[in-house]
Amino acid sequence: MPDGERRYRVIVAKPGLDGHDRGAKVVAAALRDAGFEVIYTGLHQTPEAIVNAALQEDADAVCVSILSGAHMTVFPEILSLMRAKGLHDVLLCGGGIIPPEDAEELQKMGVGRLFGPGTDTREIVQYLREEIGRRRPQAARRG
Amino acid sequence: MTPSERPARSRFPGTIVPADKVVYTPQDLGDFDPERDLGRPGEYPFTRGPYRDMYRGKLWTMRQFSGYGTARDTNRRFRYLLEHGQTGLSVAFDMPTLMGYDSDHPRARGEVGREGVAVCTLEDMETLFEGIPLGEVSTSMTINSTAAILLAFYIAAAERQGVAPERLRGTIQNDILKEYIAQKEWIFPPLPSMRIVTDVMAYCADHVPKWNTISISGYHIREAGSTALQELAYTLMDGFTYVEFGMRAGLPVDRFAPRLSFFFNAHMNFFEEIAKFRAARRIWARRMRERYGARNPESWRLRFHTQTAGCSLTAQQPQNNIVRTALEALAAVLGGTQSLHTNSMDEALALPSEEAVKIALRTQQILAYETGVADVIDPLAGSYFVEFLTNRFEEECGRIFEEIEKRGGMIAAIEQGYPQREIARAAYEFQKDVEEKRYLVVGVNDYVEPQERPIPILKIDPAVERDQIERVRAVRARRNAAAAARALEGIRSAARGGDNLMPRFLEAARAGVTLGEMVDVLRAEFGEWREPPTYW
Repeated sequence: MPDGERRYRVIVAKPGLDGHDRGAKVVAAALRDAGFEVIYTGLHQTPEAIVNAALQEDADAVCVSILSGAHMTVFPEILSLMRAKGLHDVLLCGGGIIPPEDAEELQKMGVGRLFGPGTDTREIVQYLREEIGRRRPQAARRG
Repeated sequence: MTPSERPARSRFPGTIVPADKVVYTPQDLGDFDPERDLGRPGEYPFTRGPYRDMYRGKLWTMRQFSGYGTARDTNRRFRYLLEHGQTGLSVAFDMPTLMGYDSDHPRARGEVGREGVAVCTLEDMETLFEGIPLGEVSTSMTINSTAAILLAFYIAAAERQGVAPERLRGTIQNDILKEYIAQKEWIFPPLPSMRIVTDVMAYCADHVPKWNTISISGYHIREAGSTALQELAYTLMDGFTYVEFGMRAGLPVDRFAPRLSFFFNAHMNFFEEIAKFRAARRIWARRMRERYGARNPESWRLRFHTQTAGCSLTAQQPQNNIVRTALEALAAVLGGTQSLHTNSMDEALALPSEEAVKIALRTQQILAYETGVADVIDPLAGSYFVEFLTNRFEEECGRIFEEIEKRGGMIAAIEQGYPQREIARAAYEFQKDVEEKRYLVVGVNDYVEPQERPIPILKIDPAVERDQIERVRAVRARRNAAAAARALEGIRSAARGGDNLMPRFLEAARAGVTLGEMVDVLRAEFGEWREPPTYW
C-alpha cells in the first residue's frame, strides 16, 4: 500500500479476441499482493467495456495486456474513449508483445509505460505507485 | 549480480524432480519391471516409443507452425519452408478465424492477419495451398472452436485440386477442452462444443480415415503457466474425456481412438521433459486398454507432436533462445516425438522473421543429421533417474485424475474453474521464483546486459486487413445467394436436430458461405460461453 490509508484501484484488462492471459493474471495477482485493489475484466473485452469499467470502478489506472498485435488499434481507441469520458488523470498503461517503436508512438499519444516479457512485477508495482501518485495526488480514499 | 550473490542452485519452478537428491540407484525404482513397464518400442505399454523402428524407419516430421497476413502471404512462407527442407505444414490462423469472425466483423478490427493467417472462405483456403499438392503433404491446422468448418474448407479445397478425402493426411487440433482450460479461444459452451467434436470424429472415421481428428494439447496448458505434471495430467484427462464422449455417442472405441493424437510442450527442465513424454505413452496405453476396453493396439499407441516452449523464450538477448530451443528439441526427440516445431529466436518480440524461422528449422536438421541422436531408440531407458521420473509422473497423474473424477469429470472441473485456478497459481509461483532468483533465467534475472541490441522483426502491413476485408466481401457478392441461404438453413436444422454437422459445413463451404456466417447460425443455436473472470 502506498501509505497507511490509500489503496489504489487498478483495472487489468484483456482486450480483443486474444486469449493469452497468463501475463495479465500474473500481474493482477502481483498487484493484489502488493496491496492494490484489482478489478480483472476477464477476456475478450471491447475498448468501450474497459473504459466503462474504469469509470464505474473509479479506477486510478487501466492496465491492458495485448499479445495479438492489435495494440496500435486498441490502445488509441481506449485512450480516446477515456478522454471523451473525462478520465484525464487516469493512467493507461499495459504490456505484452509490443515492438519498441510502436511503444514509443503510443507513448507520444499519451499512453503510459508498456512492459515487455520478462519484466519484474515489482517494477510494475513501483511504476504504478509513482505514476498514480503523480497524476492523482488526491486519490486517497476508502480505508 | 556478482558471482557471490548468485545462488548456488537454480531450481526449475514446479518441477516433480526431488529437491535434494543428487544420485539415483535401483532402490529408487520400487517394483519396476522392465518387461511390464517398458516393453519394447512399438509394443504395449509403448513407454519406449510408439513404433518399432522409430527414427530409423522415419525421422520425425519437421513441421514449423506458420501463418500471417493473407492466405497469399502464408502460401509464400509455406513454399519457402518446403524449399528449405520442411516435411509437413502447420497453419497458424489469426484470432478472428479462431474465434469464428469474418475479417470484416467489427470485433476483428486490428486483428486480421496479425497472429496468423485469415481464412474466411473456401477461396482463402484454396489460395493458402495454391501449388501445394494436398494429396502429398500432411497439414496440421491449429484450430479449435471452428475446427470442423476449417476442415470442411480443407476437404473442399482438396476436392477442387482433384484430391479425394481418403487421401488427405493431417491434423486439426479440435481440442476444445484445453481452450476452456488454457488457450481461451472458445465460442460455445462445453456440451455443444463436444457435440461438434464427436461429429468430426464420426465423419472422419467414415470419410477421411487418415486424418487425425483431435490433437489433444498440453502445449497451451503449459504456456498458460502450468507445471509439467499439470500439463500431462490435464491433457491426458482431456483425452480420456473425448474417448468417453465418443463412446457415449455410440462410436466403438477402436473406430475413433486410433486417430487421436497429442501435442506436448518441451520446456527447459531436460530430464523431466523426457520422462513426461515416456510417461504419457504408458499412462494412455494402460488406461485405454484397461478402462476403455480398447482392443486395437492403434488405440493404445500415443503419438504426439511437440513444440518447444514459447514461454521459455526471452525478449532479452534473443539469440540465447536458439540455444534454449535446441535443448528443448533434444528433449522432445529423446522422448520420442513424431513431429516437432522449433520456435524462432524472435518469438518473444513478434511473429518470426524468415531468417529466424530458418535457423529454427536448421536446428532440427542439425539434431537429425549431425548428432546421432536418431540412431538408437529410447537411449535413456534404464536410467535410474529417468525411470524414477517416469514412474513418478504416472503416480502423480493418477492423483490428479482422482481429484478431477471427484469433481465430476473434466467438464465439471472446468465449470468449477479448477484447472484454470491451479494453472494461474503455478504461473504466479513461476514468476515469483524468477523474481526472487530461486530460478535463474539468463539475460532476465542474471547475466543481464544493460544495452540490448535490437534484432530485425516481422511487421504486418495494415493493408493486409483492408485487402482481406475486400476479398470476403467479394465472395459474398459473387456467390449464388439462394444456395448460400439454403446451406445455412441446413446447418441450422442439423444443429437443432442430431444430424452430423460436417456434411452441412461442406455444402456451405462449396456454396461460398463464410466462416462467420456459419458460426453465427451455430451461436444462435448453441449460445456463447462466458468465463467468470478470475485470476484465483
